[in-house]
Amino acid sequence: MAAIYSLYIINKSGGLIYYKDYGSAGRMDTNDSLRVASLWHSMHAISQQLSPVSGCLGIELLQADTFDLHCFQSLTGTKFFVVCEPGAQHMENLLKFVYELYTDYVLKNPFYEMEMPIRCELFDINLTQAVQKDRVAFLGR
Amino acid sequence: MIGVGKMKQYGNVLDKPLNKGKQEVSLSAFAFLFSELVQYNQTQVDNIGELERRLEDAGYAVGARVLELLCHRDKGNRRETRLLGILSFVHSTVWKVLFGKVADSLEKGTEHEDEYMISEKELLVNKFISIPKDMGTFNCGAFVAGIVRGVLDGAGFPAVVTAHFVPMEGQQRPRTTILIKFAEEVLRREARLG
Repeated sequence: MAAIYSLYIINKSGGLIYYKDYGSAGRMDTNDSLRVASLWHSMHAISQQLSPVSGCLGIELLQADTFDLHCFQSLTGTKFFVVCEPGAQHMENLLKFVYELYTDYVLKNPFYEMEMPIRCELFDINLTQAVQKDRVAFLGR
Repeated sequence: MIGVGKMKQYGNVLDKPLNKGKQEVSLSAFAFLFSELVQYNQTQVDNIGELERRLEDAGYAVGARVLELLCHRDKGNRRETRLLGILSFVHSTVWKVLFGKVADSLEKGTEHEDEYMISEKELLVNKFISIPKDMGTFNCGAFVAGIVRGVLDGAGFPAVVTAHFVPMEGQQRPRTTILIKFAEEVLRREARLG
């Protein structure tokens, strides 16, 4: 398995709409994952205000001792972030690819309600394929 | 402006030739439009059978037009009059124009004489659609079933057409089968023609 611990998607108001963990490291229960999601949403907003650079779009990468957190925000305010091993490569590409899958298999699905938790079989299938180790390396080319 | 003077201008839309140019539309645009069609119809019904019927009716209108256009464009204003002829017309000509490829398979039903099946591993309209568990066996392929019914009905082969998911061994996703059950009169006529 790739060095990814978990993947989150949060809607524009900070609600967790998708959570998936990979492997045993950093596993969390539902409450913790919701907490991380809303905490990240606020921190992201605060970082935009605090940044000395004008036009800052918020934190993209948080580096800690035991993990890295990569974040990608789409134009509509949906945030995708992944918690992974320190120093893991190609995460920006992975997040962009997850965004692509989201636009295809979630937004084009007539049974999905905007801003609600994602329950789409095709999204799950394609995401699992994308997160597999060699696939991540492939995306990094 | 590019190509000014080269393109012949037609004052009247009816004077334009019907030959094919590049006919493809954006898959994303289609997917969003189809998604909205399903969502709109969902607000108008209170059960799944009704939704399926409405999608089928929407497809029927497409099928009737497609038959007319293709007979004129590809067949010199002639249409198929035999059962197998019209089936292969749907399976290849119609499918190619609508989905850019021939359907994966066309089979005769094993149990009933009057049943035929067109199967597709990944139907274009279902490409981005995941059916929620509580909707059971609902299939958005009902729209395609409607198209097929429209073509067959217009050509004088009334039939009941339905779309079903068929699970396949070793595959994560079920395939979609369009089941065609011809009316009795069609088979009687076919038998008479020998």
